[in-house]
Amino acid sequence: MAKKQAVSFKLNGKDVDVVVEPRELLIHTLREKLQHTGPHIGCETSHCGACTVDLNAMSVKSCTVLTVQCEGACVLTIEGFAQSGELHALQESFHLDHALQCGYCTPGMITRAYRLLKENPNPTEEEIRYWMAGNLCRCTGYQNIVKAVQSAARKLSSAAAA
Amino acid sequence: MSEETLQRENKLEGVGASRKRKEDARFIRGQGSYVDDIKLPGMLFGAIVRSPYAHARIKSIDKSKALKVPGVVAVLTADDLKPVNLHWMPTLGSDVQAVLADKKVWFQLQEVAFVLATDRYTAADGAEAVEVDYEELPAVVDPRKALAADAPVIREDIADKDNVGHGPRTHPNHIFTWEAGDKAGTDAVFASAAVTVREEILNPRVHPCPLETCGCVASFDKVRGQLTVYMTSQAPHLVRTVVAMLSGIPESKIRIVGGDIGGGFGNKVPVYPGYVAAIVASIVTGVPVKWIESRIDNISTTGFARDYHGIGELAADSNGRIKALRFSALADHGAFNAHVSATKLPAGLFSICTGSYDIPKAYCRVDAVYTNKAPGGVAYRCSLRVTEAVYLIERMIDVLAQKVGVDKAEIRRRNFVKPEQFPYTTALGWTLDSGNYHVALDKVLKAVDYDGLRAEQAAKRASGQLMGIGISTFTEIVGAGPTKVCDILGIGLFDSCDIRVNPTGSAIARLGTMSQGQGHATTYAQIIATELGLPSEEIQIEEGDTDKAPYGAGTWGSRSTPVGGAAAARAARKIKDKAKKIAAHLLEVGERDLEWDVDRFRVKGNPAAAKTMKEIAMAAHTSNLPDGMEKGLDATEYYDPPNMTFPFGAYVCVVDIDKYTGETKVRRFYALDDCGTRINPMIIEGQIHGGLTEAFAVAMGQAVPFDDNGNHLGNSLMDYFLPTSVETPKWETDFTVTPSPHHPIGAKGVAESPHVGGIPCFTNAVVDAFAHLGVTHMDMPHTSFRVWQHCKSLGVNKR
Ligand code: FES
Ligand code: FES
Repeated sequence: MAKKQAVSFKLNGKDVDVVVEPRELLIHTLREKLQHTGPHIGCETSHCGACTVDLNAMSVKSCTVLTVQCEGACVLTIEGFAQSGELHALQESFHLDHALQCGYCTPGMITRAYRLLKENPNPTEEEIRYWMAGNLCRCTGYQNIVKAVQSAARKLSSAAAA
Repeated sequence: MSEETLQRENKLEGVGASRKRKEDARFIRGQGSYVDDIKLPGMLFGAIVRSPYAHARIKSIDKSKALKVPGVVAVLTADDLKPVNLHWMPTLGSDVQAVLADKKVWFQLQEVAFVLATDRYTAADGAEAVEVDYEELPAVVDPRKALAADAPVIREDIADKDNVGHGPRTHPNHIFTWEAGDKAGTDAVFASAAVTVREEILNPRVHPCPLETCGCVASFDKVRGQLTVYMTSQAPHLVRTVVAMLSGIPESKIRIVGGDIGGGFGNKVPVYPGYVAAIVASIVTGVPVKWIESRIDNISTTGFARDYHGIGELAADSNGRIKALRFSALADHGAFNAHVSATKLPAGLFSICTGSYDIPKAYCRVDAVYTNKAPGGVAYRCSLRVTEAVYLIERMIDVLAQKVGVDKAEIRRRNFVKPEQFPYTTALGWTLDSGNYHVALDKVLKAVDYDGLRAEQAAKRASGQLMGIGISTFTEIVGAGPTKVCDILGIGLFDSCDIRVNPTGSAIARLGTMSQGQGHATTYAQIIATELGLPSEEIQIEEGDTDKAPYGAGTWGSRSTPVGGAAAARAARKIKDKAKKIAAHLLEVGERDLEWDVDRFRVKGNPAAAKTMKEIAMAAHTSNLPDGMEKGLDATEYYDPPNMTFPFGAYVCVVDIDKYTGETKVRRFYALDDCGTRINPMIIEGQIHGGLTEAFAVAMGQAVPFDDNGNHLGNSLMDYFLPTSVETPKWETDFTVTPSPHHPIGAKGVAESPHVGGIPCFTNAVVDAFAHLGVTHMDMPHTSFRVWQHCKSLGVNKR
């Protein structure tokens, strides 16, 4: 076993320090050492997107990132979305538009959609479908997910305009 | 209805309301509690050593290197499980299955040893270090070769048994032959029929592949002798019974907890070796043990579906009126008969294969065989073998239409069971309780402008373009089921609901079913709200914890609404009956003087004299009750349905095929479903979107392929097709409402219809694109490559 290493990063705005083996994946550190079980594991091979987190303003599949790569990074997970009890527009619209069923893909979906709306606040349906293609859902058939992202986009842009 | 009454009714958010889901609050915050989220003090992690061969003898297992890995606590093999008699376990199909390979492996990636370690990385290291010496044996992969005289014997352990629970066996690799209908009568009609058609039709091996894999945390408390298992199970009570039978622990000391489940689709009904190994490991070590399946293990070893090699035959007159049906299937059940089925129905509900049609004579037969592939045969978003049956009939009626030259919509109209024929008993013995097929089909054809589409297709064909129009007018059979026909391990497939109304008028209801995303916490509350006149918001639903919920067979086969929902309505009605007596007492009138009004009993002709359900709930906990009446306002119902329910639908799919690339574009998919009374239209629509997407996946891309030695050729998400948002079509939904006459609220179940009815609709569309070239059938999956090969062999894509 290789020597463990200390890693420090920001998780949802708070400083965290962990000691991990160099081979440890970020998803396991988040879930098992830092009690952030929002991001899920659906494949561990980078295909399903259930483990999606936002790392230094990029969507990443945290099953494909080593924790030791995250020294000094800013990590956002689903647990960081609601601010002082207020749901993020995406969380609200996923609920209102029935964009989830079993909920397993939901944290990854919302996190991915968050990055999409940061980069492209008014995406077309086609752009949404293209952007979200790295996140699999087995339950909803995506139609209501697309709808929810559109609703959140509208809500966020009218808030920004106000 | 007055404005005031309507307002009170809306406030209840009962049956018919698109009520927002109660379960969402935790999921959108990342606060779900799935099995891998559970962490208990001192918990060990288990990893499974798996076989690289599909068929081999185990010469030796050397654990020594694994045990030297720091953090590895133990390595269990069949020999370690033998003293406690847990190296084999019963399956849900009346067979037995090796928990850990006992001297032999029967399929690739079979469970051979279970390594226990302090965390998942160390467990994986330990599993790598276990050395197993194998002697490879010839494998049987193709079920059509399983019954050859010289075929290798797969199950030597039962070679001398002439019966494995479902009638006589004719070969060591034969499991059962099951038949239904009138063979001689059917053969006679075929012999003299004006027209007959025959087609070989495959439902390839696929996997339900929910986003969350299977797993459990087993925790045995040695001092109390109590076993708790948190697990991904669609049927926690059935699991508890199996574990009790297997372990000898009294069932009262076993607690199975379902928690949140990341999708099931049939994958999470059976009991798998990983669960049992974790349970044994916890019993042995006295600490909690977690086992979580990897995605590759999930696709490779737990709960495959289909692998039905069918032959469909129809006999008809020259107008396409069907006179007889003869269907058979060769079923590949893998190495153990772990097929989920009711004991008396080893081929499940395959005999629903007469579909929506009035067919005077029918005969069907299924032969099941062992092969060196993973065991299973689960119902992937369908009731047991219903997809296979519906696929055959919906394909064959198209084949017949092409043969007699009748339009594919028209031939359905000519053969439909007519509304006045219900209840209609099919030639294979099912009594369809209700249906209105013509109306549904006509509504859909109008919505898509069917005639316009056919005209467009004719023009496209003339210019060499490929466009297909698929129709599916299916009848499903769900809600297993009447205990006189349906049991598993002797336990009838009833379901249950226990409702307790609190003094302040809120209520808690517990059911024997188990949600995996269907939204039960939302919809069951709506049923009870309407029955009891209490707001659904104040009705708490609990499922999945066997210490709390009454016994039930769980959620699969769209049985929650037909059976669990019925139990909820009937338990509520028992409460309402008592409430009426209390109301009469409080209002000092006879029960006959009362009438129900949304949320209260009122005196006929004097609406001001009324007692609301909330007032009655309080009164039920006071001394002011009729003489001799027990306190409280509770009821439990164990509901044994008198019949199955028969949801139906009419779907149309339009595809455009690029003959140069084989790419098939779904231009339009219009789905009309009739699931009887609609409890929550928003959730119904969501279920239909999801079911259609899974149908699309099966029809257009899913298959679990093997080479001739039984090696997997595609068992990760790299190969196994799960549609993304890009390729998933847009769905248009519609409905008619034909309530089930025997269900307490007329509901029929909906989640599976789009999968069952959708698959043939896609294939029918793809085949229809080639129909003018004489093509009558193409097997799934219709991947671009396969469709392109087809174009090439027909010579349609020469430039
Ligand atoms: S778990 Fe990371 S992409 Fe599937
Ligand atoms: S809601 Fe179940 S996987 Fe998306």
